[in-house]
Amino acid sequence: MKKMLLAGFAAIFLLYSCNEKKEKEGEEEVKETTEAVTEEKMPTPMHVYTKDSVTVNAYKYDGLEYFLTKSNDTTYVVNFWATWCVPCVEELPYFEQLNEKYKNDKVKVLLVSLDMHKSVESRLIPFIKNKKLQSDVVMLRDPDADTWIRKIDTTWSGALPATIIYNKDERKFYEQSFTYSELEKELNNFIKP
Amino acid sequence: MKAIKFLGAFAIIGVLFAFTVSKSDNVVNGYKVGDVATDFSLKNIDGKRVSLKDFKDAKGYIVVFTCNHCPYAKAYEDRIVALDKKYKKQGYPVIAINPNNPEKLKDDSFENMQVRAKEKGFTFPYLLDEGQKIYPQYGATKTPHVYVLQKTAKGNVVKYIGAIDDNYEDEAAVTKKYVEDAVNSLLKGKEVSVKETKAIGCSIKA
Repeated sequence: MKKMLLAGFAAIFLLYSCNEKKEKEGEEEVKETTEAVTEEKMPTPMHVYTKDSVTVNAYKYDGLEYFLTKSNDTTYVVNFWATWCVPCVEELPYFEQLNEKYKNDKVKVLLVSLDMHKSVESRLIPFIKNKKLQSDVVMLRDPDADTWIRKIDTTWSGALPATIIYNKDERKFYEQSFTYSELEKELNNFIKP
Repeated sequence: MKAIKFLGAFAIIGVLFAFTVSKSDNVVNGYKVGDVATDFSLKNIDGKRVSLKDFKDAKGYIVVFTCNHCPYAKAYEDRIVALDKKYKKQGYPVIAINPNNPEKLKDDSFENMQVRAKEKGFTFPYLLDEGQKIYPQYGATKTPHVYVLQKTAKGNVVKYIGAIDDNYEDEAAVTKKYVEDAVNSLLKGKEVSVKETKAIGCSIKA
């Protein structure tokens, strides 16, 4: 009987250590790419949209990468969305809720809009204003999607919505929609050791 | 003791389960380049059913999963019409399929497909994937999502999967016409050089 138990624990331990190793490998990769970036200051936007006292910075992927690879004690929840994407708009309140609830726990939500250039002033900025979005919003404006989609995550097909949760130790990519409880549960895997 | 053993077993199952779910819900098991794609019989906007095998003289097909509501799909409508006009006569007709469940999105209903096709002057079949049976087999995840197929003795072989070109927003700024390049290569009997690309699109609503 004891042997069986032992075997059980050994199996758990093995799986766990295996997982940890993977995370560490991932961590090293992230660090490599961040060091160069964090020493520099904020990237310069390729375009700044301002209307009705709302400002949205647009970046090419090279600029956006800074926001996806920060290495500090904050956990970042980065959601890729667009005003035209129905499931994105449906789950957006959950990201806002999360941002509000965890604002004192070193958690930051970043909403990366993939709205089109021509609809920023007609749709995106009015949306930010009307919904009173509190999370930071930036825009990714880079037509070479085939290149940057793979850089964001090799498994991403390009469908919206998509989300990254990361901190200096761990990173996970999700090509899916979230409910609030699913999102909070995922975040808790990052902030509660 | 039994209880502990039970718990232990549970923990193992739990760990294994955690591993499976963390792989994301949208694991794509669709076609890869080189696979033989299934034929189908789907309702066209004129009410008739359309299958790939109906196109006796075709050398292949440009199968486009697209829809009415998605701005990315809309941005490409004119370019899809141009593809059909250019390549139908060379043996590669466009076959458009709306994979979305109209019950989830009224804009993508059969009636609205008819309206949109008329507005935009679609020159190709625009089929409804009723019951959402075909797109999962192809592995389409979004609109627009293109599969270039080549008719061969063993069936319709997937030769290219991905985007139409490299600039959804500005047709004039396109530098790589992925679908055209793929079909041109096939017409010349050459290997397709860029076999797979990624693009942003609207996730398919099943």
